[in-house]
Amino acid sequence: MNRTKLRILQAALLVAIFAFWQVATQPGLIPPFVWPENADRAAFFFGEPSKMAQVIWAWFVTDANIYPHLWVTLQETVLAFVIGSVLGLAIGLWLGLSPTASALFDPYITAMNAMPRVVLAPIFMVWFGLGIWSKVALGVTLVFFIVFFNVYQGVKEVSPVVLNNATMLGASRKQLLRFVYLPSATSWVFSSLHTSVGMAFVGAVVGEYLGSAKGVGYLIHMAEGSFDINTVFAGILVLTGFALVLDFAVTKVEKRLLVWRPTQGDSGAL
Amino acid sequence: MTAAVHFDNITCTFAGKAGPYTAVKDVTLSIADGEFVSVVGPTGCGKSTLLNVAAGLLRPTSGALTTFGEPLNGINRRAGYMFQSEALMPWRSALDNVTAGLEFRGEEKAAARAKGEDWLSRVGLAGFGDRYPHQLSGGMRKRTSLAQMLILDPKILLMDEPFSALDIQTRQLMENELLELWSANRKSVIFITHDLEEAISLSDRVVVLSAGPATRPIGEFVIDLPRPRDVAEIRLTPKFTALHDQIWHAMKDEVLKGYQQTKNRVVA
Repeated sequence: MNRTKLRILQAALLVAIFAFWQVATQPGLIPPFVWPENADRAAFFFGEPSKMAQVIWAWFVTDANIYPHLWVTLQETVLAFVIGSVLGLAIGLWLGLSPTASALFDPYITAMNAMPRVVLAPIFMVWFGLGIWSKVALGVTLVFFIVFFNVYQGVKEVSPVVLNNATMLGASRKQLLRFVYLPSATSWVFSSLHTSVGMAFVGAVVGEYLGSAKGVGYLIHMAEGSFDINTVFAGILVLTGFALVLDFAVTKVEKRLLVWRPTQGDSGAL
Repeated sequence: MTAAVHFDNITCTFAGKAGPYTAVKDVTLSIADGEFVSVVGPTGCGKSTLLNVAAGLLRPTSGALTTFGEPLNGINRRAGYMFQSEALMPWRSALDNVTAGLEFRGEEKAAARAKGEDWLSRVGLAGFGDRYPHQLSGGMRKRTSLAQMLILDPKILLMDEPFSALDIQTRQLMENELLELWSANRKSVIFITHDLEEAISLSDRVVVLSAGPATRPIGEFVIDLPRPRDVAEIRLTPKFTALHDQIWHAMKDEVLKGYQQTKNRVVA
């Protein structure tokens, strides 16, 4: 199948899904054998794509009031990603290079990674308030471990030959860190870029959902409070689109930064 | 005259799972200034161990290593090392790999770049400076490694089967280039190989090691073939054949012994 044909089929599938959704939720269009007492039930539970489109249209064009929310979510995602990555990189390098420290901290790292960190959200709300920082903190806890484990593994797997070679070329211990360990570890950060950006995004949205005054997660939460299923779905669609754009941007960045790599890094789903 | 590298009664013992393993035992060997010495021996006989001792990457269990009369402490700053496997930094372009040593020394960037370009063209890689290692062929990566080592102008070159991964044509080409670069600026070379023909065609002297464990030199042969040499042509001369026979005769038993041990290790 060639590329254009594939794209057309993919688009057709999307249209078909929404068309089916629309038709199936129309009151009266489908014989009401599931909920005979109320013809509107399907629309109540599953929403109607045409109304979702109206909501999205209003958000982006007529009212144009979603941009501040998107901006907040983007800020939270980027901050969580950057802070989590830097922390993960620093601590991963440290523990990777210090066997004593890594032996000491090993059980704690395992325990903290095993803990479902979403439950920390209420604590972060208490600590950092309802603004963006409680969401950033949640995202950081998610991003940190992905980057940390990648860097830790990356440091352990730096080729001993490359290290010896750099040593023979006159690199001091400090220079080994800067010119061998750091670039090698950074490449591992980039290879987990998709997963960690995705996690930062999850942290931001979940945080907003649990308590905030701004952000796309907040919009969804508000709509849910008033049983406005169409707005909930509209919010989910916007988030999905946003995640796709983010993933696309990450792919671009990755291609630029990892030109030296023979194969591209793995990609996790957002 | 003091030797460029002198192994004085070197023994290296490693702690292994099945008890201590003595890789090399009581090795005494001298390499003169400007001399090209090849070390041949069966696989797994501890050739690389000797090289790592000379480089200062490995401390011998007993014995001492002196270079130009001074006992070696830590890394041998007079030596350049060319490794058997891939040693280039994959995240640096060819040029940045070549200039890495200069950068470590804190040399000025523009000067280092100019020097790097010069060395790249000397090893036949002019115009390939911005390629990353994975974009280069195996032979080109070896050339980059060679330039990376030679740019620092070391007095001693330590080479651990540097061309063993290359196909035979590329290999002979690289050998000739190495000889050319070496004769322009004579350094002491310790060249490790398991290929006797390569050893004879390159060297002033060939040292034969016994099979491991407890490897030691069991024979030394002076190669008085005329220079400059072409490694492909010199193999066809009667003198080369005679030397080859002589050294092979000394090596044969050890090679068979080494082979037997490897086989037993695989079976066990």
